[in-house]
Amino acid sequence: MAERTVRIGSSHGLHARPAKLFTQAASASGSKVTLAKGSGKPINAASILGVISLGVDHGDYVTLTADGDNADKVLDELVELLVTDHDE
Amino acid sequence: MTSSAPTILAGTGIGQGVAIGVVARMSEPLPAPADSPSTHGQAEEAERARTSLGTVARELESRGQAAGGAARDVLEAQAMMAEDPMLSEAIDDALAAGKTAERAVFEAFASFRDQLAAMGGYLGERAADLDDVSQRVIADLRGVAAPGVPSPEHPFVLVARDLAPADTAMLDLGKVLGLVTSDGGPTSHTAILAREKSIVAVVGTADATQLADGTRVILDAASGTVIANPTEEQIADAERRIAERQAAAVAPVTPGALADGTAIPLLANLGSSAGAQAAADAGAEGVGLFRTEFLFLDAGGSAPTIEQQREHYVRLLQAFPGKKVVVRVLDAGADKPLAFLNDAHEENPALGLRGLRALRASEDILREQLTALAEADAQTQAELWVMAPMVSTVEETRYFVGVARECGIRTAGVMVEVPSAALMADRVLDAADFASIGTNDLTQYTLAADRMLGSVAALQDPWHPAVLRLVGEVGAAGAAAGKPVGICGEAAADPLLAVVLVGLGATSLSMSTPALTDVRASLLTYTLDEARRLAGIALAADGAAESRAAVAAAAQTLKEARS
Repeated sequence: MAERTVRIGSSHGLHARPAKLFTQAASASGSKVTLAKGSGKPINAASILGVISLGVDHGDYVTLTADGDNADKVLDELVELLVTDHDE
Repeated sequence: MTSSAPTILAGTGIGQGVAIGVVARMSEPLPAPADSPSTHGQAEEAERARTSLGTVARELESRGQAAGGAARDVLEAQAMMAEDPMLSEAIDDALAAGKTAERAVFEAFASFRDQLAAMGGYLGERAADLDDVSQRVIADLRGVAAPGVPSPEHPFVLVARDLAPADTAMLDLGKVLGLVTSDGGPTSHTAILAREKSIVAVVGTADATQLADGTRVILDAASGTVIANPTEEQIADAERRIAERQAAAVAPVTPGALADGTAIPLLANLGSSAGAQAAADAGAEGVGLFRTEFLFLDAGGSAPTIEQQREHYVRLLQAFPGKKVVVRVLDAGADKPLAFLNDAHEENPALGLRGLRALRASEDILREQLTALAEADAQTQAELWVMAPMVSTVEETRYFVGVARECGIRTAGVMVEVPSAALMADRVLDAADFASIGTNDLTQYTLAADRMLGSVAALQDPWHPAVLRLVGEVGAAGAAAGKPVGICGEAAADPLLAVVLVGLGATSLSMSTPALTDVRASLLTYTLDEARRLAGIALAADGAAESRAAVAAAAQTLKEARS
């Protein structure tokens, strides 16, 4: 299992459009991906409701995990989405 | 509303428009499904729920396709909510307890919406998106029409609790004269739609629930009010203002000026060269703030090369031959993190290593950017000015201007966003060629209220006399030194505040392109002397609300004295 901790780059946090883009990517990756805010309980990253209800704001740290053979590659792509500011 | 006496309802106006029309209300939500045991059995209920969830998801997706733009993202997000795996688990749990599909769907959505609503602010407003999906699924299960927007034959003012994205996508905008919502704040979908489509809107009008179908109303976004059952006189006044706004919108775009001819150049705030042509078409006399962050954010993990930067700056400068273009060097920091500049976690990012402070710690990045700008300047006809963000001291001002000159920049200035720089404006302007006031950050730092925090949003008001006094310091220093003082924050886009800022000594105003028309028209109605008098009234007030109210009243008196 691969794991990464990153800081959210989107100025409006992981809501609305950034949450949608992230969930779509997590869902399309084929891996089982989880997302946790700070030291909180991990949720299914393919769930937009789960992702939104974490209430992740700009500058928060989140931890991602992924299973499977290409877990590292999947996380590389998802991390890229999280550190980019989609609201500018 | 049964009486026919005029009633004024207060809310938050979006934009500056005025509208007159009759109310058509959005239909009320479906009642909660009864919690009675299923008579169909769990497998059949699960199948019904899955079918309806899928039907609603496909419908939202196709509406998204048709709507395009920002609405598409929101509708697609709603479609994803309908088929969310966590929601699906919650529905299955309820079905396993013997509930009907309607009730299981209702309870599962409600548990998520309550979580969001409890979080408040932006997330609280997203709870409305979830309610909307829930209503649509339940309506599909029952075989009834989903609650939604009215479609009377005549043009109307739509009154709703709040509009969901699916509703706004269904609206026949040709018939909508204006929007009034009882819930929802300035970041709600209704507000976003109103801005995007230039629809007159007053949101968060708590008493709007009293407005009955067919009531005549006047919407005044500038003052954030709705007048129900207006008098003939009020209607005539509103009609005159609508006609004035229409005339202003089609009036030839003239350079920004006061009634006495004092030139106040109107400039555009841009985040990329893509918006340059639209700004020039709307009469922008140049660019007052060109943000360069996206160039660096788009470049991924490292800074873009001098060549990549130069190419982009050339494209920007080419759109404004002979005109002023003020470029702000990279404003990175904890609120716009760039790993190669500052990777440290800070407890107080707004007070941390950001703006010029971060660039100074990586001077090669600053020098490369300034070199690329100087090279682009040499190839084009625009008048390039360059400024540094988040400058707090005279020493920092000297540092930036020195490096800029070494790199070949001819006109170098600083942004005044920190109270220390405003208070020392005479010394700062001694060292810099110009100053540009960033009112958003200046307000945040003066009132010690985080811009990103909803709970202190009420303090983030540039009308506060403390902020205006600081603007006045910079204006006076600029006048004494004979150097330009621009404004490039949101405050410049408020047509009345723009006049006050000019009265305080601002020599140019920069704003997002859509605000240019209203500000241009507003400046043309006051002389410099009147602008100074209005500024004096604002400075003498106790707080932001008092300042705004006193200036609005004095402006009204001036207007009446003239007519």
